[in-house]
Amino acid sequence: MSEWIKVCALDEIAPQGSRVVESSQGRIAIFRTAEDKVFGLHDKCPHKGGPLSQGMVNGDIVTCPLHGWKLGLKDGEAVAPDKGCAKSFAVKLDAGTVWLKLN
Amino acid sequence: MKKQKLVVVGNGMAGIRCVEELMKLAPDLYDITVFGAEPYPNYNRILLSPVLAGEMTIQDIILNPLDWYRDNGIKLYMGKRVDIIDRARRRVIASDGTEAEYDRLLLATGSTPFIPPIPGKELPGVISYRDIRDTDEMIATAKSHTHAVVIGGGLLGLEAANGLRQRGMDVTVVHLMPWLMERQLDKTAADLLKSSLEARGLKFLLEKQTEAFIRGESGRVAALRFKDGLEISADLVVVAAGIRPDTALAESAKLYCNRGIVVNDTMQTYDPRVYAVGECVAHRGIAYGLVAPLFEQAKVCANHLANFGIARYQGSVTSTKLKVTGIDLFSAGNFMGGEGTDEIVLHDPSGGVYKKLVLKNDTLVGAVLYGDTADGAWYFQMVKDAQNIHEIRDHLMFGQNSSVGDVGHAGNLSAATMPDSAEVCGCNGVCKGDIVKAIKTHGLFALDDVRKHTKASSSCGSCTGLVEQILASTVGGAYTPAQSKDKAVCGCTEHSHGVVRAAIRDRHLITIPAVMQALDWKTPSGCASCRPALNYYLISSWPGEAKDDPQSRFINERAHANIQKDGTYSVVPRMWGGLTTPAELRSIADVAEKYQVPTLKMTGGARVDLLGIKKEDLPKVWADLGAAGLVSGHAYGKSIRTVKTCVGAEHCRFGTQRSLSMGVKLERMLFGMWSPHKVKLAVSGCPRNCAEAGIKDVGVIGVDSGYELYVAGNGGIKTEVAEFLCKVKSDEEVMEYSGAFLQLYREEGYYLERTCHYVARVGLDRVKAAMVDDALRRKELYERLLFSLQDYEDPWTQAVQQPTLRREYEVIQIKEVAA
Ligand code: SRM
Ligand SMILES: Cc1cc2nc3c(=O)[nH]c(=O)nc-3n(C[C@H](O)[C@H](O)[C@H](O)COP(=O)(O)OP(=O)(O)OC[C@H]3O[C@@H](n4cnc5c(N)ncnc54)[C@H](O)[C@@H]3O)c2cc1C
Ligand code: SF4
Ligand code: FES
Repeated sequence: MSEWIKVCALDEIAPQGSRVVESSQGRIAIFRTAEDKVFGLHDKCPHKGGPLSQGMVNGDIVTCPLHGWKLGLKDGEAVAPDKGCAKSFAVKLDAGTVWLKLN
Repeated sequence: MKKQKLVVVGNGMAGIRCVEELMKLAPDLYDITVFGAEPYPNYNRILLSPVLAGEMTIQDIILNPLDWYRDNGIKLYMGKRVDIIDRARRRVIASDGTEAEYDRLLLATGSTPFIPPIPGKELPGVISYRDIRDTDEMIATAKSHTHAVVIGGGLLGLEAANGLRQRGMDVTVVHLMPWLMERQLDKTAADLLKSSLEARGLKFLLEKQTEAFIRGESGRVAALRFKDGLEISADLVVVAAGIRPDTALAESAKLYCNRGIVVNDTMQTYDPRVYAVGECVAHRGIAYGLVAPLFEQAKVCANHLANFGIARYQGSVTSTKLKVTGIDLFSAGNFMGGEGTDEIVLHDPSGGVYKKLVLKNDTLVGAVLYGDTADGAWYFQMVKDAQNIHEIRDHLMFGQNSSVGDVGHAGNLSAATMPDSAEVCGCNGVCKGDIVKAIKTHGLFALDDVRKHTKASSSCGSCTGLVEQILASTVGGAYTPAQSKDKAVCGCTEHSHGVVRAAIRDRHLITIPAVMQALDWKTPSGCASCRPALNYYLISSWPGEAKDDPQSRFINERAHANIQKDGTYSVVPRMWGGLTTPAELRSIADVAEKYQVPTLKMTGGARVDLLGIKKEDLPKVWADLGAAGLVSGHAYGKSIRTVKTCVGAEHCRFGTQRSLSMGVKLERMLFGMWSPHKVKLAVSGCPRNCAEAGIKDVGVIGVDSGYELYVAGNGGIKTEVAEFLCKVKSDEEVMEYSGAFLQLYREEGYYLERTCHYVARVGLDRVKAAMVDDALRRKELYERLLFSLQDYEDPWTQAVQQPTLRREYEVIQIKEVAA
C-alpha cells in the first residue's frame, strides 16, 4: 500500500480553487471546496484532456475550462448526459495540511 | 413525518410532466399513485404521427419506462380507468374496484376525440386518432385495405392522412370549411399547403358535409355519403373533427366544469384538494390542445403541490408547426388580423413562399409562415414578449438574419431544406440527423435539453435558430422558445438578469453570498454560469465597495491569459491603438526566444500574440515584458479589448482627423474596464474607414468637421453593422460620449450581452435619450466610468509582485516515497 504524501497547507489553495501537483502518475489537481473539503483528480478531462485544475469549482463539482463538462470531485464521474471519468486520488485534510495518496 | 398521498388520474403527458416537476422540487413529500386507462407507461403522444408514417416505432416514443415509476417509488395502475371520485372520503375507485385514498388529487384525463353524430359512426373501420390503439389499427388496416378517408383538415387530420398515404393507402381528406387548418392558417397559406399535399398524392374534398357512413357486406364501413349526394369508397374512416376535454369523471364528482374542468391560476379546481392539468382543463375559459401550455401548467401545479405556493399560470400564446416531413409551415398568435391591426405580407407563389405578419400598435401579434419558417421562433418570441418593434418595423419581414452574416452552418438559414447529413453546429460537428434522432429518442422538448444531449448550439450559439427550427418541426407546437425577457440566469435561480441586476443595485448587495441569500438561490454556491455574472454585476454596480472574486471568474480572467486546447496559455500584451516601438518588439522577441514560445502571430486585433506558454512561466514572461513597459492586453477578458486605428491625419494623405492619437487616448481611458462582454473600438481618420469602425462596439470616423460616432456593431458570430449615434466636434467629446455609452452598457447590459444585443433589447432611441439628448446624465455616466477605472493596476504587474497571487501559477512538487 502506498503512503500519505504531504501536499501543502490548506491555506495555499484558494477556497473554491485548486492547485496542481506534479507526480510520477502525472499531474494531479487538488481541489478545495467552499466547505473546505479536499479532493484529487487526474488533471485531465475525459473529454479532450482539458486541465481540470483550471476549472471552476461549485459545490462538489468542477466545470472543465475547455468545453464545460461537469465532473464530480468525489469520483471524477462526468455529470449526465456526458459520459466519462477522470481518475480520482485519495486526498485528506489533517490539521490544516493536505495529504495525497497515489494509487 | 408521515408522507401525504397524491393520486394522479391520467397517465399522459401533462399528468406525468407534473409528477416529474414535483419530484424535482419535493421528492419525498408524497406517496404517489397513478391510474392510467391505457395499457402503457407514459408515452410521447405527439410522436404517434411519425409512428404512423413509419418513421418510428412505439418503443421509441415511450417517455417514462416502467423502471422510472419503480425507481421513483410511484405506484402505477396501468389499464385501469377511474370511474368514481368519492370526495367526502377522499378516495378514487377504478372500474375493477381498485381503490386509492388521497390527500391531494390531480386530474389529467386529457381529451376525447369528438365524433359527430353521423349515422354509422359505430361501424368497424370508423375510428379516431388519439392513442396507440388507434395508431396500431390504422397501420394494420393499411396492410389489407385500400381506401382511407380522413374527416377533418386540421393538424391531426393532415398528419393522419400523410401517415396513411406513406403506408400506401389512397387517402381523401374531407373538410367542412373552405380551407384547411382554418384555425391555424389563413386561406392563402392553406391553399399553398393543399397544393403541396396534393403533389404528394393526397386528395381533398372541401366544404363537404358527411351524411352517413355506409356499411359494406363484410360488416365494416365501405363508403361514405355526403349531404350533396356524392358517395366515395372508404375501408377506413379516421375522424379527426376535433377534441373535447375529458370532464366525465370530474363532472360525475360534481366538480365545476365549463368546457373543461375549471381551474384558477394555481391549477386548483373548485375543490381545494383537487388539482387539474392538461387538455381536460379550462383556464380563464381556454382549453389548450398543444403540449407547450400543458407543460407550463404542470410546472405551476407542481410548485403548489410542493407547497411552495409562488407560481401562477397566466395562460399561453401558442404556435403551430405541422409535422409532415418536408412541409414547412408555422403559425402563431392572431394571424387573421382584424380591427385595429396592420398586416405585412410577402407572397411569392412560384417560389412557394408566403409570409404574413399581423401588427397591432407597434407589437407583433401573430404570424403565418409557409415555405420558409426560419424566423418562426424569432417572431413567436416577439409575440410572446409583446416586444415593441417600432425600430425594426421596416425590416421585420426580412427576418432576424436579413442584414447579417450568421456564420458556422454554411449559410443555411432554413432547416427544412437541409439534408440529415448537413452540419448544423459547426463548433461541435453536429448534423441535422443527429439532432432529430436525439429529440425523438430522448423525448426532448426544450432547447436546453437538446444542447445538453447533442452539444448543438451550446458553444458559440450561432446555430440556435436552426436547432430551434429542427425542434419545432420534430415536436410541433410542443416547442416554445424560452421567454427571452425574463429568462432565468441559469438553473440555480428563477430570477432573470434584469431582476438580479436591480436587486443588487436597489438593495445594495455587495457579495455573491449576499445576492444568493437575498434572492433564494437554489444551489448553495451557484454554478459556472451564474457566478461570473454575479461577480460582474457586483463590481460594476458597486465599484470600490464590492470585492472582485477571482474564483468566480472563468480561468482566462483568473490567470490573465487565454487557455489553449493543450492547457498552455497565450499572452497578448497591449499595444495602445495598435502602436508599438522597437524596444517593445525587441522585448517580445527576447521573451519568445527565452521561453521557446512556439508560435508568434499578429492577432485580428492588431497586436502580437505569444502562444503556447506554460502556466508556470507566465509570471516570468510578464516580468520580462513589463521591464519594457508592456502590460496586459486583456485579450482574455469580458473587458476592453482593443482600439483599432488607422494611420489617419498623422500620415495619410486623406486623413481628416488624428486617428492614431484619438485611438490611444480612448484605449488608455478604458484600460481595466470590465463589461458584460468584450468591448472593441476603432477609430478611422476618414470615411474610407480602414480601421473597420463599422463593426465595432464603438466606432469613430473622422470627418472634416469632427467625428461621427457609431455604436453596437459586431464582427463576430453575427456580423452586425454599427448604428449612427451622433456627431461630435472634439477629441474630448469623443471620449465623453464613448465613455458614457459604454458606462450605460456596463450598468444596464446583461452578462454576456454584446453591445449589439444590448442595444437591440433596449432600443437605440432609449440609448440616445439617455446619453445624447441628456447632457447632464451623459456627464454623470462618464464620471461614473472614470471613477470605477481610477486606481486600476495592471494585473500582470500585480501577479509578478504579489506572492499570494503568484501561487496560482506554481506547480506543487511532492516527495514520493519509493514503493
Ligand atoms: C487571438 C485572436 C485570433 C487571432 O489570432 O487573431 C482571437 C482569439 C480568440 N477569440 Fe476572438 N480572437 C481575436 C480577434 C477577434 C475578432 C477580430 C477583432 O477583434 O478585430 C473578432 C470579431 C470582432 C468582434 O468581436 O466583434 C473575434 C470574435 C470572437 C468571438 C465572437 C464574439 C461575438 O460576440 O460574436 C468569440 C467568442 C466569445 O467571445 O464568446 C471569440 C473568442 C475567442 C477566444 C478567446 C476563444 C476562447 O474563448 O478561448 C480565442 C482565444 C484563442 C486562444 O487560443 O488564445 N472571438 N475575435 C484575436 C485576438 C484579438 C486581440 O488582439 O485581442
Ligand atoms: C397524433 C397526435 C399528434 C399530436 N401532435 C402534436 C404536436 O405536434 N404538438 C403538440 O403540441 N401537441 C400535439 N398533439 C396533442 C398532444 O398530444 C396533447 O396535447 C397531449 O398529449 C395532452 O396531454 P394530456 O396529459 O392532457 O392528455 P393525454 O396525453 O391524452 O393523457 C391523458 C391520459 O389520461 C387517461 N385517462 C383519461 N381518463 C382517465 C380515467 N378516468 N382514469 C384513468 N386514466 C384516464 C387517458 O387514457 C390518457 O392516457 C398531438 C396529439 C395526437 C393524438
Ligand atoms: S481563434 Fe476565434 S475563430 Fe479561431 S478557432 Fe478560436 S474562437 Fe474560433
Ligand atoms: S476537455 Fe474538458 S470539456 Fe472538453
